[in-house]
Amino acid sequence: MVKLTKEDVLHVAKLAKLDLVEAEVERFTPQLSNVINHFSELSEVDTVDTEPTSQTTGLENVYREDKVTVEGSLSAEEAISGSDKIHNGYFKVKAILEGRTDK
Amino acid sequence: MKNMKDIPLTIKETQEGLLKKKFSATELVDTYLGKINEEKDLNAYITVCDDEAYKKAGEVDKLIANDSLALSENFPLFGATIGHKDLFLTKGIRTTAASKVLESYVPAYSATAVARMEKAGGIILGKTNCDAWAHGASGENSDFGPTKNPWNKKFVPGGSSSGSAVSVAAGLSLIATGTDTGGSIRQPANFCGVVGLKPTYGAVSRYGIIAMASSLDSVGNFGKSVDDVETVFNVTKGEDGRDSTVKNAEFVKPKAKIKIGIPKEYFVEGVDKEVAESVIRASKVFEKAGIELTEISLPHTKYAISVYYIVQPAEVSSNLGRYDGIRYGNPRADFGAEAKRRIMLGTYVLSAGYYDAFYLKAQKVRSKLIGDFEAVFETVDAILAPVSPTPAFKLGEKASDPLKMYLADIFTAPANLAGIPGLSIPSGFNEEGLPLGFQLLGPRFSEPVLFELGKLYEKEIDYKAILPNL
Repeated sequence: MVKLTKEDVLHVAKLAKLDLVEAEVERFTPQLSNVINHFSELSEVDTVDTEPTSQTTGLENVYREDKVTVEGSLSAEEAISGSDKIHNGYFKVKAILEGRTDK
Repeated sequence: MKNMKDIPLTIKETQEGLLKKKFSATELVDTYLGKINEEKDLNAYITVCDDEAYKKAGEVDKLIANDSLALSENFPLFGATIGHKDLFLTKGIRTTAASKVLESYVPAYSATAVARMEKAGGIILGKTNCDAWAHGASGENSDFGPTKNPWNKKFVPGGSSSGSAVSVAAGLSLIATGTDTGGSIRQPANFCGVVGLKPTYGAVSRYGIIAMASSLDSVGNFGKSVDDVETVFNVTKGEDGRDSTVKNAEFVKPKAKIKIGIPKEYFVEGVDKEVAESVIRASKVFEKAGIELTEISLPHTKYAISVYYIVQPAEVSSNLGRYDGIRYGNPRADFGAEAKRRIMLGTYVLSAGYYDAFYLKAQKVRSKLIGDFEAVFETVDAILAPVSPTPAFKLGEKASDPLKMYLADIFTAPANLAGIPGLSIPSGFNEEGLPLGFQLLGPRFSEPVLFELGKLYEKEIDYKAILPNL
């Protein structure tokens, strides 16, 4: 029986960059435990000699020519059209570096 | 002509009506937009695009006036009105994935499927509602409110492509697009009484479709007949140079004598009696038409939900990682409850210490499920099975219990895990007046066989699509 604790849920939420409110932690903890417990049935299946499947196409290394085309590209204006936080044609983000304190 | 009494129910009827000048494309658009407006309480659409619809209708009317010869060869969808699932990027038209995160996102380019359907003469009417990010089997996970089943508004339409199925079922558009990652086309088609195709993985480009689980996502469509679904598939399929999983494959052609297998694992406890009986009735129709039936076994079926709900959230957690609220969209706090659950479930099964026990194990059992299908397709050409254990359920019935909702995918998820095609076909109604139906599954790239069987079934029962009394 897997029983997730609140700490487990908060840890996973941190890995996933999700800020959960207390009510969400309360709600998700039993729900996620419940689903993960269901997975225990997989231990019944003998997979000692089984290769894992990650895709079903059987295709390998599909390449295209390394060439930039107009129809395959967005203009600079189009590329930033999805954000309203724009400055001089760039995305505006919060500063991640602060002023030096050692000087 | 704001209210045409008898709207055409197939692409053929639509195009004949246009060519015979019974109505114009503009009048068709008038009628459909009027109906979408009248049936607003179904909540089938998130965005309706009148301007684009009338513009395209004008182009179609011009095409007809100029040269009506060979029109349907060059423009196989001319005059066909379309609802696109709001996961399909539409240049200049808001695309939300039914999530608050993208509530004001306007794409700078269109999905390949959207562009190809437009080029083929299709007329976009709007963007249909769905479970947010395609996470759900009922349509109730939309951040824009649940969609209702047009046959009984107290019931769910199925999901995640809820609005697309409802749009076609209620006559709000002639055809609609959808995505099927674990049943999201076949199940709502089944709950709403329309035809739905989940193509072979890699048959239709996913370019410009908001990704859910990249090894499972399949781009398909809804219609009121197998013919129409086939027409749209032929327009959308094939390489576009933008999705490296797509190939122009050699399709499997129907043999002179087709053999259908019926998997015993799909008729177990928990399957509604009327659902099981309706599939058996369908099998008799095929038998009468000269198709050989045989019982088959897909022994790992019962593990499909565990495998699917490990692999899929793992891929979801990765795909939804890009929504950082910087380049477009709102911050991650705006994800709804189901998206958060799946992101966390996926992050958990991929995290250090759990990867081998969950994710790797699921990938191995996935191989077993694929092996089941490969063995069976040595002896049969197609599989006949129920789509969902039950007909449509009531709104709210499973909303508070995620596991219960997940279990509803048991008969649809295997096809996604194996990458094979599935065709959902309506077969009538249960005592409560809710649609019943079945699905046909086949080997990879056997769509022509499924279409042949679907059309044979429609011919044998003299199928006529009907619209609900709304």
